[in-house]
Amino acid sequence: MTYTSAAALGLVFALVLDLALLRTKLLRRKAFWTAYAIVLCFQLVVNGVFTGQRLVVYSEPDIFGPRLFYAPVEDVAFGFSLVLQTLAWWVWWGRRASQARPSPPAASAARRPGPTETRRSSTR
Amino acid sequence: MSWIYPAVLLGCLVATLPLELVLGTRVYRQPLRLLAALVPVLAVFLTWDAFAIHARHWHYRHLLGLRVGNVPVEEVAFFVVVPVCAVLTLEAVRRRRPGWRIGDEQR
Repeated sequence: MTYTSAAALGLVFALVLDLALLRTKLLRRKAFWTAYAIVLCFQLVVNGVFTGQRLVVYSEPDIFGPRLFYAPVEDVAFGFSLVLQTLAWWVWWGRRASQARPSPPAASAARRPGPTETRRSSTR
Repeated sequence: MSWIYPAVLLGCLVATLPLELVLGTRVYRQPLRLLAALVPVLAVFLTWDAFAIHARHWHYRHLLGLRVGNVPVEEVAFFVVVPVCAVLTLEAVRRRRPGWRIGDEQR
């Protein structure tokens, strides 16, 4: 297996994780793409430093060929997979936590504020 | 040995710290959630890295020389730092654009 095919596999795995396994569907969210665009800019700089300084050296026969800021294009798929998998898990755990809690507006509406309840807003 | 790799990673953490401290992203303040998101990602990418090193897709030069299996410690740190920065960025986007839903909001 080459880095090219490994990168393709890594990309597909992240898409399946987001869309089918965790069903977080970040790929349909503007917030995800905005965050990814920001991360990509920094990735190109950081990756460019690592590859440009030859801290990481790639095997030429295992890459497709074109490079972006010194790094093989496969690194873009690698980075995308890393970011998407991380954010899918982050949102998945957050969704679990928020479903376990009753939603705050409904909970406070159900309660009738008594005369002793003076610290109600101090925790929000 | 090169100081560049750890310096760049430290730079990433320092550069994103204002997102937590000033913008109030509440990422470091949810340590268990952050850890739970990091663990499966670390498992996948350390496996990938170990495989790629074994298959000689890439190799490293001028690193500390400390390794976890065949993976340099700098790489382990990379797979912690980059995901943390990605989460901070997503939460920063949420703070700036509260109308854009992410999928974990309370209904």
